Amino acid sequence: MSVNYGSRRVVTGAHYGMRDWLSQRVTACLMALFTVVLLVQVLFSKGPLGYDSWAGIFAPQWMKVLTFVLLVALGWHAWVGVRDIWMDYIKPAALRLVLQVATIVWLVGCMGWAVQVLWRI
Amino acid sequence: MRLVDAVKYRLPLAGVVSILHRVSGLLMFALLPLIIWFFDTSLSSEISFERFTAAFVSGIGFVPGWLIKIVSLALIWSYLHHFIAGVRHLWMDMTHSVTKEQGRTSAVVTLAASVVLTVALGAKLFGLY
Repeated sequence: MSVNYGSRRVVTGAHYGMRDWLSQRVTACLMALFTVVLLVQVLFSKGPLGYDSWAGIFAPQWMKVLTFVLLVALGWHAWVGVRDIWMDYIKPAALRLVLQVATIVWLVGCMGWAVQVLWRI
Repeated sequence: MRLVDAVKYRLPLAGVVSILHRVSGLLMFALLPLIIWFFDTSLSSEISFERFTAAFVSGIGFVPGWLIKIVSLALIWSYLHHFIAGVRHLWMDMTHSVTKEQGRTSAVVTLAASVVLTVALGAKLFGLY
Protein backbone atom coordinates (compact mmCIF):
# COMPACT_ATOMS: atom_id res chain seq x y z
CA MET A 1 0.00 0.00 0.00
CA SER A 2 1.53 3.30 -1.03
CA VAL A 3 1.86 6.06 1.54
CA ASN A 4 -0.85 8.66 1.08
CA TYR A 5 0.02 10.97 4.00
CA GLY A 6 2.96 13.02 5.27
CA SER A 7 6.08 14.14 3.43
CA ARG A 8 6.52 10.76 1.76
CA ARG A 9 3.03 10.94 0.29
CA VAL A 10 2.80 9.53 -3.23
CA VAL A 11 1.27 12.23 -5.39
CA THR A 12 1.69 10.64 -8.80
CA GLY A 13 -0.24 7.74 -10.23
CA ALA A 14 -2.93 8.31 -7.64
CA HIS A 15 -4.73 5.14 -6.60
CA TYR A 16 -7.24 7.01 -4.46
CA GLY A 17 -10.17 5.91 -6.59
CA MET A 18 -8.83 2.40 -7.15
CA ARG A 19 -10.43 0.87 -4.05
CA ASP A 20 -13.88 2.21 -4.94
CA TRP A 21 -13.47 1.18 -8.57
CA LEU A 22 -12.51 -2.36 -7.56
CA SER A 23 -15.12 -2.75 -4.82
CA GLN A 24 -17.80 -1.54 -7.25
CA ARG A 25 -16.86 -4.38 -9.62
CA VAL A 26 -16.41 -7.07 -6.97
CA THR A 27 -19.78 -6.30 -5.36
CA ALA A 28 -21.39 -6.19 -8.82
CA CYS A 29 -20.04 -9.66 -9.64
CA LEU A 30 -21.33 -11.01 -6.31
CA MET A 31 -24.80 -9.60 -6.99
CA ALA A 32 -24.77 -10.99 -10.54
CA LEU A 33 -23.85 -14.40 -9.10
CA PHE A 34 -26.73 -14.15 -6.62
CA THR A 35 -29.11 -13.22 -9.46
CA VAL A 36 -28.12 -16.37 -11.37
CA VAL A 37 -28.49 -18.59 -8.27
CA LEU A 38 -31.94 -17.15 -7.51
CA LEU A 39 -33.08 -17.28 -11.14
CA VAL A 40 -32.05 -20.94 -11.51
CA GLN A 41 -34.02 -21.86 -8.38
CA VAL A 42 -37.11 -19.93 -9.55
CA LEU A 43 -36.98 -21.44 -13.05
CA PHE A 44 -36.48 -25.01 -11.79
CA SER A 45 -39.14 -24.88 -9.07
CA LYS A 46 -41.94 -27.29 -9.87
CA GLY A 47 -45.34 -25.92 -10.87
CA PRO A 48 -46.51 -22.32 -10.48
CA LEU A 49 -44.49 -20.31 -7.99
CA GLY A 50 -46.60 -20.25 -4.81
CA TYR A 51 -45.73 -19.23 -1.28
CA ASP A 52 -44.21 -22.59 -0.30
CA SER A 53 -41.78 -22.84 -3.20
CA TRP A 54 -40.87 -19.12 -2.98
CA ALA A 55 -40.23 -19.17 0.77
CA GLY A 56 -38.57 -22.58 0.35
CA ILE A 57 -35.84 -20.97 -1.74
CA PHE A 58 -34.78 -18.78 1.20
CA ALA A 59 -35.25 -21.48 3.84
CA PRO A 60 -31.80 -23.20 3.74
CA GLN A 61 -29.10 -21.58 5.84
CA TRP A 62 -26.66 -21.37 2.88
CA MET A 63 -29.24 -19.32 0.91
CA LYS A 64 -29.71 -17.02 3.91
CA VAL A 65 -25.95 -16.52 4.14
CA LEU A 66 -25.74 -15.89 0.39
CA THR A 67 -28.62 -13.40 0.58
CA PHE A 68 -26.91 -11.69 3.51
CA VAL A 69 -23.73 -11.36 1.43
CA LEU A 70 -25.92 -9.91 -1.34
CA LEU A 71 -27.31 -7.30 1.05
CA VAL A 72 -23.84 -6.22 2.20
CA ALA A 73 -22.64 -6.08 -1.42
CA LEU A 74 -25.74 -4.08 -2.39
CA GLY A 75 -25.26 -1.57 0.41
CA TRP A 76 -21.60 -1.09 -0.40
CA HIS A 77 -22.23 -0.86 -4.17
CA ALA A 78 -25.07 1.63 -3.73
CA TRP A 79 -22.95 3.73 -1.35
CA VAL A 80 -20.10 4.04 -3.89
CA GLY A 81 -22.53 4.79 -6.72
CA VAL A 82 -24.74 7.30 -4.94
CA ARG A 83 -21.71 9.04 -3.39
CA ASP A 84 -20.34 9.45 -6.93
CA ILE A 85 -23.57 11.15 -7.94
CA TRP A 86 -23.43 13.58 -4.98
CA MET A 87 -19.73 14.31 -5.66
CA ASP A 88 -20.47 15.08 -9.32
CA TYR A 89 -23.55 17.26 -8.98
CA ILE A 90 -23.68 18.66 -5.43
CA LYS A 91 -21.01 21.31 -4.92
CA PRO A 92 -21.81 22.95 -1.53
CA ALA A 93 -19.89 20.91 1.07
CA ALA A 94 -22.58 21.20 3.76
CA LEU A 95 -25.37 19.95 1.51
CA ARG A 96 -23.16 17.17 0.19
CA LEU A 97 -22.34 16.01 3.71
CA VAL A 98 -26.02 16.01 4.66
CA LEU A 99 -26.87 13.95 1.57
CA GLN A 100 -24.01 11.51 2.22
CA VAL A 101 -25.12 10.99 5.82
CA ALA A 102 -28.73 10.59 4.65
CA THR A 103 -27.54 7.99 2.11
CA ILE A 104 -25.82 5.98 4.83
CA VAL A 105 -28.86 6.18 7.10
CA TRP A 106 -31.13 5.11 4.21
CA LEU A 107 -28.91 2.16 3.22
CA VAL A 108 -28.17 0.90 6.73
CA GLY A 109 -31.87 1.18 7.65
CA CYS A 110 -32.95 -0.75 4.56
CA MET A 111 -30.29 -3.42 5.13
CA GLY A 112 -31.43 -3.89 8.74
CA TRP A 113 -35.05 -4.35 7.64
CA ALA A 114 -34.02 -6.85 4.93
CA VAL A 115 -31.90 -8.87 7.39
CA GLN A 116 -34.83 -9.02 9.80
CA VAL A 117 -37.10 -10.33 7.01
CA LEU A 118 -34.46 -12.86 5.94
CA TRP A 119 -34.02 -14.54 9.32
CA ARG A 120 -37.75 -14.57 10.05
CA ILE A 121 -38.44 -17.09 7.30
CA MET B 1 -19.72 25.69 -19.43
CA ARG B 2 -23.30 26.41 -18.52
CA LEU B 3 -26.11 23.84 -18.64
CA VAL B 4 -27.69 25.58 -21.65
CA ASP B 5 -24.41 25.05 -23.53
CA ALA B 6 -24.12 21.47 -22.37
CA VAL B 7 -27.52 20.47 -23.73
CA LYS B 8 -26.47 21.65 -27.21
CA TYR B 9 -24.06 18.71 -27.41
CA ARG B 10 -25.51 15.61 -29.06
CA LEU B 11 -25.00 12.81 -26.58
CA PRO B 12 -23.52 9.68 -28.22
CA LEU B 13 -25.32 6.39 -27.52
CA ALA B 14 -22.54 5.33 -25.12
CA GLY B 15 -23.34 8.54 -23.22
CA VAL B 16 -27.04 7.66 -23.16
CA VAL B 17 -26.20 4.25 -21.66
CA SER B 18 -23.95 5.96 -19.11
CA ILE B 19 -26.51 8.48 -17.86
CA LEU B 20 -29.23 5.81 -17.82
CA HIS B 21 -26.87 3.66 -15.73
CA ARG B 22 -26.94 6.47 -13.18
CA VAL B 23 -30.67 7.10 -13.46
CA SER B 24 -31.51 3.40 -13.06
CA GLY B 25 -29.16 3.05 -10.09
CA LEU B 26 -30.58 6.10 -8.34
CA LEU B 27 -34.15 4.91 -9.00
CA MET B 28 -33.46 1.52 -7.41
CA PHE B 29 -31.74 3.27 -4.49
CA ALA B 30 -34.73 5.57 -3.99
CA LEU B 31 -37.22 2.69 -4.21
CA LEU B 32 -35.22 0.35 -1.95
CA PRO B 33 -37.93 0.38 0.77
CA LEU B 34 -40.52 -0.73 -1.81
CA ILE B 35 -38.24 -3.57 -2.95
CA ILE B 36 -37.76 -4.71 0.64
CA TRP B 37 -41.52 -4.39 1.22
CA PHE B 38 -42.00 -6.79 -1.73
CA PHE B 39 -39.37 -9.07 -0.16
CA ASP B 40 -41.08 -8.83 3.26
CA THR B 41 -44.71 -9.38 2.23
CA SER B 42 -43.93 -12.13 -0.30
CA LEU B 43 -41.90 -14.14 2.25
CA SER B 44 -43.21 -13.51 5.78
CA SER B 45 -46.32 -15.73 5.70
CA GLU B 46 -48.94 -17.19 3.39
CA ILE B 47 -51.32 -14.43 4.43
CA SER B 48 -48.81 -11.70 3.60
CA PHE B 49 -48.05 -13.53 0.32
CA GLU B 50 -51.74 -13.22 -0.57
CA ARG B 51 -51.58 -9.51 0.24
CA PHE B 52 -48.47 -9.24 -1.97
CA THR B 53 -50.12 -10.82 -5.02
CA ALA B 54 -53.37 -8.93 -4.42
CA ALA B 55 -51.47 -5.61 -4.35
CA PHE B 56 -50.66 -6.07 -8.06
CA VAL B 57 -54.32 -6.73 -8.93
CA SER B 58 -56.58 -4.73 -6.64
CA GLY B 59 -53.97 -2.43 -5.11
CA ILE B 60 -53.19 -1.82 -1.45
CA GLY B 61 -54.40 1.06 0.72
CA PHE B 62 -54.81 4.14 -1.47
CA VAL B 63 -52.34 2.81 -4.09
CA PRO B 64 -54.04 1.23 -7.14
CA GLY B 65 -52.76 -2.06 -8.59
CA TRP B 66 -51.83 -0.58 -11.97
CA LEU B 67 -49.50 1.93 -10.28
CA ILE B 68 -47.68 -0.89 -8.46
CA LYS B 69 -47.34 -2.68 -11.81
CA ILE B 70 -45.97 0.43 -13.55
CA VAL B 71 -43.47 1.10 -10.76
CA SER B 72 -42.46 -2.58 -10.78
CA LEU B 73 -41.93 -2.37 -14.53
CA ALA B 74 -39.70 0.68 -14.01
CA LEU B 75 -37.73 -1.33 -11.43
CA ILE B 76 -37.47 -4.29 -13.81
CA TRP B 77 -36.10 -2.02 -16.54
CA SER B 78 -33.73 -0.37 -14.05
CA TYR B 79 -32.36 -3.70 -12.91
CA LEU B 80 -31.92 -5.04 -16.45
CA HIS B 81 -30.32 -1.87 -17.78
CA HIS B 82 -28.04 -1.52 -14.76
CA PHE B 83 -27.08 -5.22 -14.99
CA ILE B 84 -26.33 -5.22 -18.72
CA ALA B 85 -24.55 -1.84 -18.63
CA GLY B 86 -22.47 -3.24 -15.74
CA VAL B 87 -21.53 -6.35 -17.72
CA ARG B 88 -20.62 -3.98 -20.57
CA HIS B 89 -18.22 -2.20 -18.20
CA LEU B 90 -16.62 -5.48 -17.12
CA TRP B 91 -16.31 -6.55 -20.77
CA MET B 92 -14.64 -3.23 -21.64
CA ASP B 93 -12.27 -3.58 -18.66
CA MET B 94 -11.29 -7.14 -19.51
CA THR B 95 -10.90 -6.87 -23.29
CA HIS B 96 -9.90 -3.18 -23.52
CA SER B 97 -12.76 -2.65 -25.97
CA VAL B 98 -12.76 1.10 -25.76
CA THR B 99 -12.77 2.36 -29.35
CA LYS B 100 -15.57 4.64 -30.53
CA GLU B 101 -17.09 1.90 -32.70
CA GLN B 102 -16.98 -0.73 -29.95
CA GLY B 103 -18.51 1.73 -27.50
CA ARG B 104 -21.34 2.48 -29.91
CA THR B 105 -22.02 -1.15 -30.79
CA SER B 106 -22.07 -2.30 -27.15
CA ALA B 107 -24.28 0.68 -26.28
CA VAL B 108 -26.82 -0.36 -28.93
CA VAL B 109 -26.74 -3.96 -27.63
CA THR B 110 -27.22 -2.73 -24.02
CA LEU B 111 -30.16 -0.45 -24.84
CA ALA B 112 -31.86 -3.01 -27.11
CA ALA B 113 -31.39 -6.01 -24.80
CA SER B 114 -32.69 -4.19 -21.72
CA VAL B 115 -35.76 -2.84 -23.57
CA VAL B 116 -36.59 -6.20 -25.21
CA LEU B 117 -36.30 -8.08 -21.91
CA THR B 118 -38.34 -5.37 -20.13
CA VAL B 119 -41.12 -5.64 -22.75
CA ALA B 120 -41.09 -9.45 -22.44
CA LEU B 121 -41.31 -9.38 -18.63
CA GLY B 122 -43.75 -6.45 -18.72
CA ALA B 123 -46.11 -8.44 -20.95
CA LYS B 124 -46.01 -11.23 -18.36
CA LEU B 125 -46.55 -8.74 -15.52
CA PHE B 126 -49.63 -7.26 -17.22
CA GLY B 127 -50.96 -10.75 -18.01
CA LEU B 128 -50.65 -10.63 -21.80
CA TYR B 129 -49.46 -14.27 -21.87
